[in-house]
Amino acid sequence: MLTVSGSPHVHGDSSVKKIMYTVVIAMVPAMLVSVYFFGLDALRVLVISSLSCLFFEWLIQKYLIKGPVTIFDGSALITGILLAFNVPSNLPTWIIIVGAFAAIGMAKMSFGGLGKNPFNPALVGRVFLLISFPVQMTSWPEPKMLFGNMASQPDAMGGATPLGFLKEGLKNSTVPELMSKMPDLMMDFIGFIGGSLGEVSVVALLLGAIYMLIKKVITWQIPFAYIGSVLVFTGILWLIDPDMYVDPLFHLLTGGLILGAFFMATDMVSSPISPWGQIVFGIGCGVITILIRIWGAYPEGVSFAILIMNAFTPLLNRWLKPKLFGETIKAA
Amino acid sequence: MGILKTFSVGGVHPPENKLSADQAIEVLPLPKQAFIPLNQNLGAPGVAQVQKGDVIKVGQLLAKGEAFISSNVHSPVSGKVLKIDNVMDPSGYRRPAVVVNVDGDEWVDGIDRTDTLVKEIKLSQKEIVEKIHQLGIVGLGGATFPSHVKLMVPEGKTADVLIINGVECEPYLTADHRLMIEKGDEVMVGTTILMKGLGVERAIIGIENNKPDAIKNMTELAGKYKGIEVCPLKVKYPQGGEKQLIKATIKREVPSGKLPIEVGAVVNNVGTAFAVYEAVQKNKPLIERVVTITGKSVAKPGNFMVRIGTPIRELIEKAGGLPEDSGKMIGGGPMMGKALLSMDTPVVKGSSGILILRESESKRVDVKNCIRCARCVSVCPMGLEPVLLAQLAEMEMWEESEQENVMDCIECGSCHYTCPSGRPLLDYIRLGKNKVGQIIRNRGKK
Repeated sequence: MLTVSGSPHVHGDSSVKKIMYTVVIAMVPAMLVSVYFFGLDALRVLVISSLSCLFFEWLIQKYLIKGPVTIFDGSALITGILLAFNVPSNLPTWIIIVGAFAAIGMAKMSFGGLGKNPFNPALVGRVFLLISFPVQMTSWPEPKMLFGNMASQPDAMGGATPLGFLKEGLKNSTVPELMSKMPDLMMDFIGFIGGSLGEVSVVALLLGAIYMLIKKVITWQIPFAYIGSVLVFTGILWLIDPDMYVDPLFHLLTGGLILGAFFMATDMVSSPISPWGQIVFGIGCGVITILIRIWGAYPEGVSFAILIMNAFTPLLNRWLKPKLFGETIKAA
Repeated sequence: MGILKTFSVGGVHPPENKLSADQAIEVLPLPKQAFIPLNQNLGAPGVAQVQKGDVIKVGQLLAKGEAFISSNVHSPVSGKVLKIDNVMDPSGYRRPAVVVNVDGDEWVDGIDRTDTLVKEIKLSQKEIVEKIHQLGIVGLGGATFPSHVKLMVPEGKTADVLIINGVECEPYLTADHRLMIEKGDEVMVGTTILMKGLGVERAIIGIENNKPDAIKNMTELAGKYKGIEVCPLKVKYPQGGEKQLIKATIKREVPSGKLPIEVGAVVNNVGTAFAVYEAVQKNKPLIERVVTITGKSVAKPGNFMVRIGTPIRELIEKAGGLPEDSGKMIGGGPMMGKALLSMDTPVVKGSSGILILRESESKRVDVKNCIRCARCVSVCPMGLEPVLLAQLAEMEMWEESEQENVMDCIECGSCHYTCPSGRPLLDYIRLGKNKVGQIIRNRGKK
């Protein structure tokens, strides 16, 4: 029996699974660093979050949708790891499970599963937890190394994140005064700071980001536009008044910017498809992040910024089309 | 060599698998029975000029293309016309064809069958176009557009460059490659004839750099012919697409919905240039062509000079028979070729190759949800959004499909090839093109 079908008759070697597991591999350095700084608690959060996400996806696919079970395609695992990356390492187990349910159940499966969700599932889970359990979600443990007890943060900071410390402090002091009480930027880069598990180490995240760029599972447009717009926006403010506004490098190295820009804003499903759409999407994320960080109620705005821009994705897809071959001449 | 030229937007790199690249062109023996479709060109079918029972010779006119975009068909064999009947051609449709019981190899008078190279071009521009028309030359790259029509530049337009397509970007196929190595001089003379027919002083032969021997041979030869240059190109599919090749070689972008003449270019395939040489210099109609027979399990992949109308069975037998593990027969390459239904399908003017895929290569991958990765968008050489066009077709939104320029799709298949979810994007886009094409034609009638 010969097969008859339309062209093309060959297929490239890409698959959903390959893409998803490439992202998982890219998150390994940040996972290792989180366990190194936050100890076995970080491992607990990672395992509980991942297993819960896989479990809820299986449960819904098997018993609610009664369709094929595709939990091993890697997408639920990514959601699980990203959710873990976005919470403090001392978060109670039951809250993590609630977060996983919000991410997979509400944000992903209720829209029809992989590829149909308008919002990044992990971020929906994270924001759901942040609003429901504000105290638990913002009580950061101090990073201590798994082995040894190297003094990490200046005592003045307690367990606060640099961004939280800054936001609180700016109510009655200036940026230079506060900066003198915080670890230097090298610490931020390596990850000796308070924060959610996955966001603290910029260097580990960048390793993964480079891997994803080389493997072409993400394109440069969103992360570069995102980070670039943050640098430009905060740079202008800093030049205007360095007492009021902290320098761009601080914004770059603290909080969830790197994690968000490379691992969450780039989520294929919830970001625009054309290169220009992606650039505008990235710039929007950057501007909203800084608006929230500086003038909003929360010290950090990455999650909200990405979710807000997710909502604009269909509009951006309509507005910014790829350039049609032969179009410029057609218009002339 | 510096940075090689290529087209700017999109493109993919399917494995090349040029298994038959080193196999010299062999002449395939005549078949016992030949099936010669009356319509072997893009456009209107020819009108039959023979009847059942007629005894015909090689080179005799079988069908006359009477419409503007139409082409003559000549007999590739001698013998007795058994019948004129519907025969399945490579498109999968049953269409009128002349069935001939082959007897000997009697040629009509006046055809020069020697290998002597005739360089001097005696005919005038008008005579060249007429000759190409009379002898049934069509584009041999696969689209089979009547060649004489291409040479008639419409009122108000001017051509300044002829581009010869030696890209052969389809994986597996090597027919054009072999022609450039073995029949380089003939291709050069054919190119010179086409230049004269078109009235241009300049010709560029585009060849991808996976064929260094062809580039070397053609570059050496080009020195001996006035106005012809060879342009080596970076390997990227679908560079053999007319618009992509023009962009790659002369950096001009054919406007959406327009023909290459809009930017002063006309594109012809190397196979066509060879056929033009044979027609104009040797008086030989288009009755045979080079066909690649290939596939990973095929015992002896090769390139054959095959008479039109020969059932592909003969070609497959010559290459060692249909392999045990065959899963699919394709007329053409794996990216744009058509799956064939029967081994009785005849070789036609547009047949560039027969590809036999293994069973394991024949099945499509399972279709999964679209993850909106936008790879189809980034590989589309026409700057379209295949994911959107496929969705619009799925929802039968034809008006929107037209607005999203579905008619600009060249059906190269890069989108489907690259889709990690294995979605049949091109199937849906073809449906959209078909429906929108109908709507546009109906609008024209009103």
